[in-house]
Amino acid sequence: MPQLPPSVPLSWYLALSLILFVLGIAGFLFRRNIITVFMSIELMLNAVNLSFITFSYKLKQVDGHIFSFFVMVVAAAEAAVGLAIILTVFKNRQTLEIDELSSLKN
Amino acid sequence: MQLWLIPLLPLAGFAVNGLLGRRLSKTAINAVAAGSVLLSFLWVLKTLSALGVFGGGNPLEQTYVEHYFTWIQSGALNIGVDFAIDRLTAVMLMIVTGVGFLIHVYAIGYMAHEGGYYRFFAYLNLFMFFMLVLVLGANFLLLFVGWEGVGLCSYLLIGFYFSEKFATDAGNKAFIVNRIGDFGFSLAVFLIVVHFGSLDFATVFGKVQSMPVESTAGWMTAIALLLFVGATGKSAQIPLYVWLPDAMAGPTPVSALIHAATMVTAGVYMVTRSSAIFLHAHGALEVVAIIGLATAFFAATMGLAQNDIKKVYAYSTVSQLGYMFLGLGTGAFSAGIFHVMTHAFFKALLFLGAGSVIHAMSGEQDLRKMGGLRKYTPITFWTLLCASVAIAGVPPFSGYHSKDAILASAYEYAPWMYWVGVFTAGMTAFYVFRAFFLAFFGEPRWKADAHDAHGHDAHGHGHGAPHESPPSMWIPLAVLAVLSLVGGYINIPKWLEPMFKVAPEESGIPWTAMVSVAAGLTGVALAAWFYLIAPAIPEGLARTFSTPYRWIYNKYFVDEFYDSLVVNPTVDGSRSLLWRVVDAGGIDGIVNGAGKTVRNVGGILKRMQSGSIRSYAAWVVLGSIVVIVAITMAGGAR
Repeated sequence: MPQLPPSVPLSWYLALSLILFVLGIAGFLFRRNIITVFMSIELMLNAVNLSFITFSYKLKQVDGHIFSFFVMVVAAAEAAVGLAIILTVFKNRQTLEIDELSSLKN
Repeated sequence: MQLWLIPLLPLAGFAVNGLLGRRLSKTAINAVAAGSVLLSFLWVLKTLSALGVFGGGNPLEQTYVEHYFTWIQSGALNIGVDFAIDRLTAVMLMIVTGVGFLIHVYAIGYMAHEGGYYRFFAYLNLFMFFMLVLVLGANFLLLFVGWEGVGLCSYLLIGFYFSEKFATDAGNKAFIVNRIGDFGFSLAVFLIVVHFGSLDFATVFGKVQSMPVESTAGWMTAIALLLFVGATGKSAQIPLYVWLPDAMAGPTPVSALIHAATMVTAGVYMVTRSSAIFLHAHGALEVVAIIGLATAFFAATMGLAQNDIKKVYAYSTVSQLGYMFLGLGTGAFSAGIFHVMTHAFFKALLFLGAGSVIHAMSGEQDLRKMGGLRKYTPITFWTLLCASVAIAGVPPFSGYHSKDAILASAYEYAPWMYWVGVFTAGMTAFYVFRAFFLAFFGEPRWKADAHDAHGHDAHGHGHGAPHESPPSMWIPLAVLAVLSLVGGYINIPKWLEPMFKVAPEESGIPWTAMVSVAAGLTGVALAAWFYLIAPAIPEGLARTFSTPYRWIYNKYFVDEFYDSLVVNPTVDGSRSLLWRVVDAGGIDGIVNGAGKTVRNVGGILKRMQSGSIRSYAAWVVLGSIVVIVAITMAGGAR
């Protein structure tokens, strides 16, 4: 495992992870385009991955790495399924506006 | 010895008729119903002869017990399903199955035109089952099972004509009044468990008998009195007798079997069975005697002025049960059981004869509308005459023997009780023969074809003139008539002597017996004078003594008194307080309030379900933040 430069404290990584996660949430909540929302989810997942790696490095344990790989695999699968769903939705509804896709209610 | 077969046979009859009766033919129903009781009767005979009862020697010195299985095992308390036969049970078994079978045969003829045929016989068989459990049970709990079971069957059969309001009312009255008595009985059973740690007759009475005679502990008196409260309910004694006259709303065979011959004597049986306890509680025994005497007297006066033939016999039953308790209370337990037996013969016969009369009159029960039936129904006439002389205590017929055993014991105990009893015997003879003369003698007071079928028995099936009953009805009458005449020579007191000590028999006829016979004959003569020779006299008497007559005619207004004291306050209280306030306000308020609250909360919460994914996501975020903050505040996830 390569030694990180000492000038970058661990908390910065966590702060970056937090910023990315909040950006992901904000994107998820406030963007209307499904693809953007989808990207926001990926962003959140990777923010979490970053904090996993950080703690894994700090605690000298390999569990965090394993977990982040696991998350990546799931994210890849999810991207495949999710994009397929988005394509189908677009074919059926000719829109990607998330607020217009509320036909499950009532 | 397979004692269990005795009650199980009628139960099987009940199961077959109750479950399949709708599809069976009447012949099949008859065969199952009467056949199961006949088999049960034969099994009783076989069992008793196997025990040596019909041979010489000294059979049944020891109680014969059969243990089947443990029913309840709780701590030290061990209650088994045990059946036992001793001399007392043997007598009761013979009465219940023998008279029961005759009445089943009679009912085949009597109920021939009735609806609900299979239902009737199913109930009747179920009754036989419970009654046999009652007399065979070897502990208080089995006795109680039979006790409650016969009460249930009584309720079902009184309300047999359930489309008539008075019948269902009478059924309810019988059931509810019996609840009061049963409450006392169950309290007594609890006290017995507390003080003896067992409910087995052998254990309990063994412990009681090992106590010194003088020891009359308060709780012993309490047990005895509570047992007697149960007996006043089931055996229709003051103050709980009011249900029995109303119980005549049931079909007449039911009145004969349940409300004259067997079930109502269950209280007498129970007190006799518990005689060990009563003998250690003299106060309670005195209460039994006084209540019995008072019941005998007042019921007899009420019987004087009844116009419904079944009501006359109903009050007579109450009165005779009072006699039995008088016997028990004065220590003559065997005389009480003796009277149970003779009473079963002649009272069953009286009711069956009354049923035959009602049958002949196509449902008419009012004595004022009968008369002159002697020509039309000769067999009924002669058999009812046998029953009437038996109940009037005319020697040498059965009622004379048992009633005089009781009266002699009452004289030993307290002469005034004897004199009241003698007076009552005179009244008994009077009202029984009054009914007899009104029904069979004099000018016919009915018109052929004019009976409207409104009889209480709903037994109308308009035939013209009165007609004799079919053989299935008069053969049981004839058998019972023979038993009523000669039944007094079955010496029950001697048979029961190993269990209950009997005063040494005096040689010759004691003068007490002569006096009571004279009273009975006077009653008969008065009835003949009033209702055969000078019919104007009773009407004149009723006018002269209009106030006492009104009281007797209205049964001392006891029903009205109970209505105003207990029934109406209960009904009104239930209606205005329990229903309108507690039920509608309280319980419904809670239930409906809970529903309303859930709906209101749901009405608020449903706004979260907007259908927009982004608002759901916002809720998820908000919830996560709340959870994280909460965990942090609580000191981290450690």
